[in-house]
Amino acid sequence: MSSAELTQDHISAEIAERHEAVAKAVAEGARAPHHPPRDFTPYRSSILRHPQQPLIAVDGDPEAAELHGPVFGVTDVTDLDADLTRQHAGEPLGERITVTGRVLDRHGRPVRGQLVELWQANASGRYAHQRDQHPAPLDPNFTGVGRCLTDDQGQYSFTTVKPGAYPWRNHLNAWRPAHIHFSLFGTAFTQRLVTQMYFPGDPLFPYDPILQSVTDQAARDRLVAAYDHSLSRPEWSLGYRWDIVLDGPAATLPDPEENH
Amino acid sequence: MPGVLPPTPSQTVGPFYGYALPFTGGGDIAPAGHPDTVTVHGYVRDGNGDPIPDAVIETWQAAPDGSLAGLPGSLRRDPVTGGFLGRNGVDFTGFGRVATDADGYWAVRTLTPPDATPYLSVCVFARGLMHHLYTRAYFTDDIPAGPLAELPAARRATLLAVPESDGLRRFDIRVQGERETVFLDFR
Ligand SMILES: [Fe+2]
Repeated sequence: MSSAELTQDHISAEIAERHEAVAKAVAEGARAPHHPPRDFTPYRSSILRHPQQPLIAVDGDPEAAELHGPVFGVTDVTDLDADLTRQHAGEPLGERITVTGRVLDRHGRPVRGQLVELWQANASGRYAHQRDQHPAPLDPNFTGVGRCLTDDQGQYSFTTVKPGAYPWRNHLNAWRPAHIHFSLFGTAFTQRLVTQMYFPGDPLFPYDPILQSVTDQAARDRLVAAYDHSLSRPEWSLGYRWDIVLDGPAATLPDPEENH
Repeated sequence: MPGVLPPTPSQTVGPFYGYALPFTGGGDIAPAGHPDTVTVHGYVRDGNGDPIPDAVIETWQAAPDGSLAGLPGSLRRDPVTGGFLGRNGVDFTGFGRVATDADGYWAVRTLTPPDATPYLSVCVFARGLMHHLYTRAYFTDDIPAGPLAELPAARRATLLAVPESDGLRRFDIRVQGERETVFLDFR
């Protein structure tokens, strides 16, 4: 079946089947999975792009290079990178927002001084990318790329515009809910994360095989930012808060707070 | 120990990272003109053996002196234009990032990793891949004792950056199927 014939009902039924299988396993005592399975076939591009052999656990090696990771500094970002509305001569169209939150490891420790990168479609749902052929207007005042370093509390902050939903060709009438792509580094390469942030209350959530690839509802909820009125600025912008927790073993640094 | 907080789930990098993640000199990890530069190159292929033209490959490694501390400056920026200056030509940051081209081809120019950690840690992102994959490009076929050394020879061979000529090593990544690359789990 070509993607043009594949209906939303068909994809939704496949999604429901996968979710039910996971719910059943959890009811029988399995741990709810945090990450999407790599063979989530309702997202058709995953079919030929996931390994069939099991991953090999190498978690016993304290000397592994991956327990350390790349570092970044003030030379790797510029002051304008965190404000996506000021990267061109004019102001971009759309609803101005700020997105802020903390980057933590699984022990709740802030990830300090690390690189946060984001990219997104403009307010009309169009990426500044040659291969994006969605017939929505490009905005000459918006590229949609941002970077910053986390501060001593692990905090990041961006000013941007709310991205639009956009169509894609997974199946007939497939639409992505509005989202911002994020890329994060921890203190160890094992903590690397690329993910997507969504906006609360989006009616497209149940139809989207990419969000629904996260099969556990509580885990999916962690991809949705919270509207935070205290972050909104009068007559200027709306505020969203989204905290990020990096998985994977962190570098085995001594942490005095843990020795209590 | 997994820790107390549940992690933020992974999501695919999608098809449109190309104007955001790659940066000038992303594959030029070795200081400019370094006499011991090694190019590691290869193709990324899917379960049909077709090239994956929209993958991102990141590499991380120890410096030749054994240090795993890394250095900033991989994305060194031009404060005048906001563009990328490329690395400063002296420091070894240990980090590389390149996108595959239309043939699924990628290459980084780096320095040989030290004997204690004789590999590039390789992280693969792609459209269609829900959660990135780790593998290693070893510079030795003598993998130290452990789960990787115990793999069948044919599987273990996928972890070798094969010497092709002086200063050139080949490391293909097959995400699925015949000669599928060995991918690693650190959890
Ligand atoms: Fe997207």
